Amino acid sequence: MLKGRHLIEPGDFQLNEIESIMQLADNIIADPEGYSLVCRGKLLASLFYEPSTRTRFSFEAAMLRLGGEIIGFDDPNNSSVSKGESLGDTIRTIECYSDIAVIRHPREGTARLVSKFANEMPIINAGDGGHEHPTQTLTDLLTIRKFKGGCDNHVVGVCGDLLFGRTIHSLVKTLSRYQAIRFVFISPTELKMPAHILNQLDPQTYKETTSLDEVIGSLDILYMSRVQRERFISEEEYLRLKNYYILDKKKMKAAKPDMIVMHPLPRVNEIAPEVDEDPRAVYFAQAKYGMYVRMALIAKLLGVEEKK
Amino acid sequence: MINVSKLKKGIIIDHIEAGHGFEIYKQLHLNDIDDVVVLLKKIPSKKMKQKDLIKIETDLQIDMTVLGLIDPNVTINFVKNGELFKKINLTLPKVVNGIMTCKNPRCITQYEDVKEIKFYLVNEEKKQYRCEYCDAYTTFIEEE
Repeated sequence: MLKGRHLIEPGDFQLNEIESIMQLADNIIADPEGYSLVCRGKLLASLFYEPSTRTRFSFEAAMLRLGGEIIGFDDPNNSSVSKGESLGDTIRTIECYSDIAVIRHPREGTARLVSKFANEMPIINAGDGGHEHPTQTLTDLLTIRKFKGGCDNHVVGVCGDLLFGRTIHSLVKTLSRYQAIRFVFISPTELKMPAHILNQLDPQTYKETTSLDEVIGSLDILYMSRVQRERFISEEEYLRLKNYYILDKKKMKAAKPDMIVMHPLPRVNEIAPEVDEDPRAVYFAQAKYGMYVRMALIAKLLGVEEKK
Repeated sequence: MINVSKLKKGIIIDHIEAGHGFEIYKQLHLNDIDDVVVLLKKIPSKKMKQKDLIKIETDLQIDMTVLGLIDPNVTINFVKNGELFKKINLTLPKVVNGIMTCKNPRCITQYEDVKEIKFYLVNEEKKQYRCEYCDAYTTFIEEE
């Protein structure tokens, strides 16, 4: 039962529970009309303490498409935070009005902290600094399921900023729970996968490299990520690393014909626009699946998954 | 040399590295108990050259988990009717609550007033613990 639960990191859910969300997402994709009223009378609090386009829009679109409504802010200066209110007090207050809350915050561990203040209102982590982004993981899993038939037995290349990439941390930890997954971590030395993630993996299941060209031919899935300016203290360091990897048509020639290219978006330079027309580039479909999987998640946490 | 009489009941924390005794005294909140507590500093020791020692004359149960973090080499002797009846070896606690703080500058606990942060042991050799909020690894370093 997922009703009333929080989603702070993917490890909060068992694989069979994740599977049940995927199945509901499949049902919603097959019959969106059938689910268009399941959240009627329900309110989602959308608490975005840092900028977001895709995640916020996809959550809000998800709630509206389920027939629910939204309150919230996308700039903390417009809330009582600017008056010095603690997160605990903000959440206790919001719980008086809302049925479910989505929170994005620049500080790591924020969603876990606020979940301790919510008595009955499910909290969904929509990204906490460089830490976790579990609904992007659900999006990624649904995309892999749709394009690769399932989440087992893949060689997954993860490329770019592996140090600060929260979407990547969440995805790697989750995929490692599936059968026969092998990872190839591709990053500049300065942006390698952190120890706290590597320590959770069987050393036989991953290798690390700085060269995308050398490994692209062995991959079933290539997950590209952006080097995030906002995570760097030094602008000089950011400028040095931001164009370290650029996936273009030439590189794609060396890839398997059925490899898929994923990206959590937004991209900057790491995927050349010429790759967009390649049928293996699935990142825009991935963005669409993000909305469906969030619809499924909201419905599950509110316990309203039966069609109306 | 100062002599302290033999303990009839209570706990002797022995083989404390010289200089760590007061930190243990503070972390065990020994100032808050009404019983007799003696802290001896820099006692000559054959094995350690110098050591600290704490004697607590009490019936209370004292949570010793923090000792493993500060000085895993100490010996804890429990005394009853003037006789040693139990001796325990320390191990690092699996979970530490309210003693450590997270050192990750991006962790929310650096910005909000969070009491009693839980840390989970991840690497015994390196004495590393994982923050329950941000998952960053940290170690317990005693105050000098």
